[in-house]
Amino acid sequence: MNTIPMEHGLLLAGILFIIGLVSVLIRRNIIFMLISVEIMLNAAGLAFIVAGARWVQPEGQVMFIFIITMAAAEVSVGLALILQLYHNLKTLDSDAANVMNG
Amino acid sequence: MENLLWLVPALPFAGALILIITGTRLSRPLVSLIGVGSVGVSALLTLILGSQFLSAGPTEPVYQQVVWQWFSVEGFNPGIAFHLDALSMVFIFVITFVGFLIHLYSTAYMADDDGFARFFAYLNLFVGSMLVLVLADNLVLLYLGWEGVGLCSYLLIGFWYKEPANGYAARKAFIITRVGDTALAIGLFMLFQLFGTLHIQTIATEAPQTWAVGSQAATIIAFLLLGGAVGKSGQLPLQTWLPDAMAGPTPVSALIHAATMVTAGVYLITRMHVIFELAPTAMLTVAIIGAVTLLIAGCAALAQSDLKRVLAYSTISQIGYMFLALGVGAWSAGIFHFMIHAFFKALLFLSAGAIIISLHHEQNMFRMGGLRKLLPAVFWTFLIGSASLAALPLITAGFYSKDQILWYAMAGERGNTWLYLAGLLGAFITAIYTFRMVFITFYGAPKSHVTHPPGPIITVPLIILAVLSLLGGFIELPHNFGHVVLFSDFLTPLLPAIHANDALGTSEWIFQLVAAIISLSGVYLAYVFYLQKPALQANMEQSSLFRAVHRFWYSGWGFDKLYDTLFVRPYVFLARINKNDIIDKIYAALAAIAQVLNRSLAQTQSGILRWYMMGVVVGALLIITLSLLP
Repeated sequence: MNTIPMEHGLLLAGILFIIGLVSVLIRRNIIFMLISVEIMLNAAGLAFIVAGARWVQPEGQVMFIFIITMAAAEVSVGLALILQLYHNLKTLDSDAANVMNG
Repeated sequence: MENLLWLVPALPFAGALILIITGTRLSRPLVSLIGVGSVGVSALLTLILGSQFLSAGPTEPVYQQVVWQWFSVEGFNPGIAFHLDALSMVFIFVITFVGFLIHLYSTAYMADDDGFARFFAYLNLFVGSMLVLVLADNLVLLYLGWEGVGLCSYLLIGFWYKEPANGYAARKAFIITRVGDTALAIGLFMLFQLFGTLHIQTIATEAPQTWAVGSQAATIIAFLLLGGAVGKSGQLPLQTWLPDAMAGPTPVSALIHAATMVTAGVYLITRMHVIFELAPTAMLTVAIIGAVTLLIAGCAALAQSDLKRVLAYSTISQIGYMFLALGVGAWSAGIFHFMIHAFFKALLFLSAGAIIISLHHEQNMFRMGGLRKLLPAVFWTFLIGSASLAALPLITAGFYSKDQILWYAMAGERGNTWLYLAGLLGAFITAIYTFRMVFITFYGAPKSHVTHPPGPIITVPLIILAVLSLLGGFIELPHNFGHVVLFSDFLTPLLPAIHANDALGTSEWIFQLVAAIISLSGVYLAYVFYLQKPALQANMEQSSLFRAVHRFWYSGWGFDKLYDTLFVRPYVFLARINKNDIIDKIYAALAAIAQVLNRSLAQTQSGILRWYMMGVVVGALLIITLSLLP
């Protein structure tokens, strides 16, 4: 059986993470920002899976399930916030929500 | 009876307390009764104690009484405890007795004053503090009395506080004596550090065993104690407060600034004589300070025109004599002069007060004149006081006390010719300024009207003091002349006797003759200048040198100006620079920096989500980089 080398898996996780991070930073649409955060979460989960497979330990998958669960909870809160934002400001532009500046 | 010792200082304190609390509501006769009565009963008690004391026999009589423990800290437990020996006996006798006469006199002198009750409250408080000072058996209690009299002096100099000049004089007296008091306090700290106690008798017995003669610690402590004495007694270089202290009512000048408080320095040095004898340098300094002060103050007295200022400078000068006596180790001579001086100087001040009030608060001698006929009783008593001050031979007490000092300044073990000559010159100057004062005030043409002739309450104390000023000297007569030594015998168990140089022993009469001639010639000179040929004086006033010297002496040798430039002005200058508190600027700068940082950081809180995100990322990167660094 051909195994995928650990470096490839980690590289993929890193790339996914960078993509997510960059899109959080450059996107103004708040839904896209939420999706990018999800990508970053999945990148982190992938890194756990790869590490779990490398050392043949179950904790990596346990951790991934934990992250998925947390992400679900986070998304529900995040979507609620987005709804409120849209309700109040009639826009999805995150820069519009700058009322609470110093 | 000796259990009643505590009542001697307690009664005046009680009087002060009653007067402070209820004074304004009591009638004036009642206030007088409380004020004079408390001191009067103290004086009576002192007389009873004194007679017991004298009849106690040859053993050294000492009464000790511990009233209660003041405080107790780590084995240091000074008590409110009184110690009556021959030295404090002399002092409490003078304080209560002269104090009583002055209180009595004040009832008439201050009769029309608004602050009648306040005056007697302060005066009683003063007498109480002074008694605590001389009766204290430990130095802490002594210091309490020492500060108490300083406070009363301040309150009474500024008694007529509505006049700003009086308040200034009061502050000046308080601050300048504080300089000396600080030295005294440091001296006490050092004594405590070395002995672990401030009990006077313990220190007196332990000091000679601990220190060799001339040891450094003894010298330093003696100098610090001397600093306190110099401040309180108005000696060089802290004498400038005393002439200004005359701003207070005249009975105050008589009681505090002539008879009692200013001699506290003399008491302190005598009380701690064991330490001073271990420090010959300090002893010599005491003598030199005394000699220089008596000359400087005598010259300054020559130029004054205010009657009370003449007396003030003369007080400084006479205390200079006492210091001279202490400095050459003639302890009992110094204390004897203290007692006689208290009599005649109180007399002079009270007579001056009688004149001043008779002429409706006129103090300038040159506006008096011719009062001999107008105020005969005051004239005679003033004349007696002046004769005693000028040490007219044979009849006055001042002659015997001053002669003793001069003799020991020459013939004592520590005496030398220079000290003697200074004392002799001082005696000459004293005679001149004293009789200058008498001739200007009482002779010549009357220049003012007597509006309030003094009543019996004023004249009776004057007469009693005049009698004492004449007869007080006969309890101590020189060796070759009567040889009465009641006073020095009384003090001998306590104070070491002084031995005269044997080589001079037979020639004592020559010195007495010289002193007598000097004093008489001083009187004659004053007579010529101020009575017989006033033209001589007018001639001298033509010369610019005379006027310059006169101005210089009138200002008290320019000490006020000197201290003004040396201390007051730099201090005021610094205060003006530091008006906005330079040290505070550092903390203000800290606050300003914090504010600037706050403002710039507040800029970053833009409300834009992506910037915050960026911040998180940069921070995370930073932490990761730092943790990856070796």
